Amino acid sequence: MTAAPIPFSARHIGPSVNDVRAMLATIGVPSVETLISQAVPRSIRLDLPLNLPAPASEADALAELSAMMAKNTVLKSFIGAGYHGVFVPPVIQRNMFENPAWYTAYTPYQAEISQGRLEMLFNFQTLVAELTGLPVASASLLDEATAVAEAVGIALRHHRDKRTKVALAGTPHPQTLDVVRTRAEPLGIEVDGETIDDNTAALLVSWPDTFGVYGDHKAAIEKARATGALVVFIADPLALTLTDAPAKLGADIAVGPMQRFGVPMGFGGPHAAYCAVSDRLTRLMPGRLVGQSTDTMGRPGYRLALQTREQHIRRDKATSNICTAQALLANMATAYAIWHGPSGLQAIAERVHSLANRLAAGLKAAGVAVLGAHRFDTVTAEVKGKAGAIAAAAEKTGRLLRVIDADKISIAFDETSTEADLEAIAALFGAKPGAAEAGSMPGKPRGKEFLTQPVFHENHSETEMMRFLRRLADKDLALDRAMIPLGSCTMKLNAAAEMMPVSWPSVANLHPFAPASHSEGYRAMAGDLEAWLSEITGFDAVSLQPNAGSQGEYAGLLAIRAYHRARGEGHRTVCLIPSSAHGTNPASAAMAGMSVVVVRCTDDGNIDMDDMRAKANEHSKNLAALMFTYPSTHGVYEEGARHLCALIHEHGGQVYFDGANLNALVGLARPGDIGADVCHMNLHKTFCIPHGGGGPGVGPIGVRSHLKPYLPGHVTEGSAHAVAAAPFGSASILPITWMYIRMMGGSGLKQATETAIVSANYVATRLAPHFPLLYKGRSDRIAHECILDTRVLKESAGISVDDIAKRLIDYGFHAPTMSFPVAGTLMVEPTESEPKRELDRFCEAMIAIASEAAKVAKGEWPLNDNPLVNAPHTAAEALAGAWTHPYSRLEAAYPAGDADLSAKYWPPVSRIDNVAGDRNLVCSCPPLTEYLGAAE
Amino acid sequence: MANTYFTEDHEWLRIEGGVATVGITDYAQEQLGDLVFVELPEIGRKLAKGDTAVVVESVKAASDVYAPVDGEITEANTSLSSDPSLVNSAATGDGWLWKMKLSNASQLDSLMDEAAYKAHIG
Repeated sequence: MTAAPIPFSARHIGPSVNDVRAMLATIGVPSVETLISQAVPRSIRLDLPLNLPAPASEADALAELSAMMAKNTVLKSFIGAGYHGVFVPPVIQRNMFENPAWYTAYTPYQAEISQGRLEMLFNFQTLVAELTGLPVASASLLDEATAVAEAVGIALRHHRDKRTKVALAGTPHPQTLDVVRTRAEPLGIEVDGETIDDNTAALLVSWPDTFGVYGDHKAAIEKARATGALVVFIADPLALTLTDAPAKLGADIAVGPMQRFGVPMGFGGPHAAYCAVSDRLTRLMPGRLVGQSTDTMGRPGYRLALQTREQHIRRDKATSNICTAQALLANMATAYAIWHGPSGLQAIAERVHSLANRLAAGLKAAGVAVLGAHRFDTVTAEVKGKAGAIAAAAEKTGRLLRVIDADKISIAFDETSTEADLEAIAALFGAKPGAAEAGSMPGKPRGKEFLTQPVFHENHSETEMMRFLRRLADKDLALDRAMIPLGSCTMKLNAAAEMMPVSWPSVANLHPFAPASHSEGYRAMAGDLEAWLSEITGFDAVSLQPNAGSQGEYAGLLAIRAYHRARGEGHRTVCLIPSSAHGTNPASAAMAGMSVVVVRCTDDGNIDMDDMRAKANEHSKNLAALMFTYPSTHGVYEEGARHLCALIHEHGGQVYFDGANLNALVGLARPGDIGADVCHMNLHKTFCIPHGGGGPGVGPIGVRSHLKPYLPGHVTEGSAHAVAAAPFGSASILPITWMYIRMMGGSGLKQATETAIVSANYVATRLAPHFPLLYKGRSDRIAHECILDTRVLKESAGISVDDIAKRLIDYGFHAPTMSFPVAGTLMVEPTESEPKRELDRFCEAMIAIASEAAKVAKGEWPLNDNPLVNAPHTAAEALAGAWTHPYSRLEAAYPAGDADLSAKYWPPVSRIDNVAGDRNLVCSCPPLTEYLGAAE
Repeated sequence: MANTYFTEDHEWLRIEGGVATVGITDYAQEQLGDLVFVELPEIGRKLAKGDTAVVVESVKAASDVYAPVDGEITEANTSLSSDPSLVNSAATGDGWLWKMKLSNASQLDSLMDEAAYKAHIG
């Protein structure tokens, strides 16, 4: 008898068969199938197994994907256009990019357990503020193209939506212009031309333009400022190390891609975009912003600031729908800047510039005209009909140039370019490298006085850099240390075998605009993924382009909008959204030019069907869409989902299915079968892409065939209306999902869903005697997550949901989702990956917290001095000389006793003061001179 | 407090010589928690009853404050720019939000007096 090898599904799924049996006994059901049939309405159940390839082992799946990706042709890229070759410093590759302490962390909403990545993101903001000269920089947008669109959004809000034109100074990259036009069109905004008048909201200055040229835009900038239009610089951050900061040139906003700061091209993404604004625009800025505040002991601590700008609070009035950002990639870019320091960055920039400069001189000497007098890294040559032939000749030498049209070809250098490249490229034009010309960058040189902050100077030896990254990682609680039971976030395992392909050169080093024949491997992988995701969701077509869930929502709504317009029903602009929806839903609808009508929920958490019928009826003529989440954001499978879809269709509307909770459906039910027309999937939730500490994410959409013509296209693929800069969005992380599905197979995926439901019901059953379950579905069962009504402790003991969340830190846990979708409550989602032992540890912590609160309620501990309101406890407090609290040091720091010694996590700060942080915003580190000035 | 009126949306108005001073009630500031920012209105802006006049922000919430009656903004409480906590410490005093010239005084009749408001918040 030989033992069968352990399948991957058993590695991915935490509880063993015996564990599941024990959990079922606690829940009080005889079998998994009994529980599922109690929880999931029969009417939506999928009868057939998913038609997916049989599960492959880790080794086989890696070999298969490796062979597939070997079909990519990775030549040296000189294409540029916003994507550049990089050398990822190995110390960053190994200690950050490939380190689960960094990539498995969640968005740092719980500040006290996120100080490491918050500090790094704060450094990112400092870096951007220094490069742009603008005081307020956010902690990353999704890519250059969407960042420019967001900058336009700032300008529109600044003008209270009264101005309707955007002017251009210099030509942006084609994909940027396309995304900006896609986003502008539903809002009635015209993006064109150079004319600036009183109706111009923003002037977009391409710095440099898509041909690599710095134009003379002084007059346009002055005109814009005179008319009140905001001046937006789209600026290459590496070039900014050599030139004047955009703020000095009149910029109100600066945006650009941070990819070339040590993040691989990855066939288009993911990488971070930066966005910085002047002070007066702070509250109009989209996305996450890290601010500095203090903890209860007065120590500095970081937190996410001014969240009221964002969709999860302001909904359809938010500054943007952006939620997931690009935290991991922003942190990589920051680490790159820290590793090289200001003089190292300038040395890289000068070398890149010198290569371009000498090519331009050489071409001119050989009689080849080049565009512009000022450039950074890119030379565009005029070659009269020979662009194709030169590019073909270059390809034979292993190099890719960018054919702009038959008469123009451009060459972009980067830090990986060599002297040999310069000579070989010059030779293609019958030229030799010339001598560098002086004054080939615009304006005054920047000089040495930037990035003077100590962090950019102290970590240039590898020993120090390695320890710096470790110190920061150690401050944070990520999945490599403990369960992160965040409801609606699906913090499941990101298996190493899934992650490994992201680092392969065949995956990492391909330019997104390389000839299509060079990305055969990528296209085959994407083809598999589209087919598999279509099968899993029951749709006819899938677009992988949206690079976050919010972008998927937006792309889906645009498809619905285009469909109505194509049928002559462009007046259909009303979007029904239940009050329990994620904030991104109303924010996305507003961006798609729709007006949001909120549908009530009943007291038991379901959509109020009477109100739904009434609103659908009232808006029947103008009904564009319903957006709904299933299972609901309240964590139950509502009855009547099919009827709901039918009702919307009867009124001529389309059904948008928010796939945030897809982890409760895979293998059991399919959105397409239920009646949805479009659905987005969060690959960073259900399909194992790690959260990266707040991004990357991927939010593909599936559609039924009638919406297929309206999926996002791309200018490099012969179409348009893109929602992201690259045709396949964040392409390099798609292999994570490919590996997951390939290794799980249909049976493994279904088992994962079932286990997630078992685990959630187990946690709910164990905790129900201590915390009322706010909502339950049929047969009193829940889906894959549950809402604990922690408001009971507020009433009995004055203990708030914040106190419970912070006390969980002392027990070594990240808190569940707080106050969403119901204020004052906790939403728990265990996922299938957490072993029963960890679920039990969590349940015991919650039960212990309930008894701690009971002591407060009984008066054993005062309301204002107990381990809950004082949580979390740092080592410094627990070891302090004098101990004045009515509970012991052990109760403070080791509340679960000896059992949790191995799981002990020490927060680096005590509770952070949110109010002080928002009242007095500090969002970048001041230059060293200001410290010195203050000390004098 | 005979010339003070209240709305269901937890605003108060004090009328002096055809001009209303408007703020949010103590109950409202308590619900919102510590305010961190008040977005003040432009002087001279004409508002219809129900228009958003001001946005008040706490760490976790942003709330629109509506014009309780028609009128024109004559003054905004600029001391809130540097100290929004005045709304918390003195909601019905120094924490007032804006003043507006009434254009239709009869609208006051539909608002509540203090006793009715107290009953409203229970």
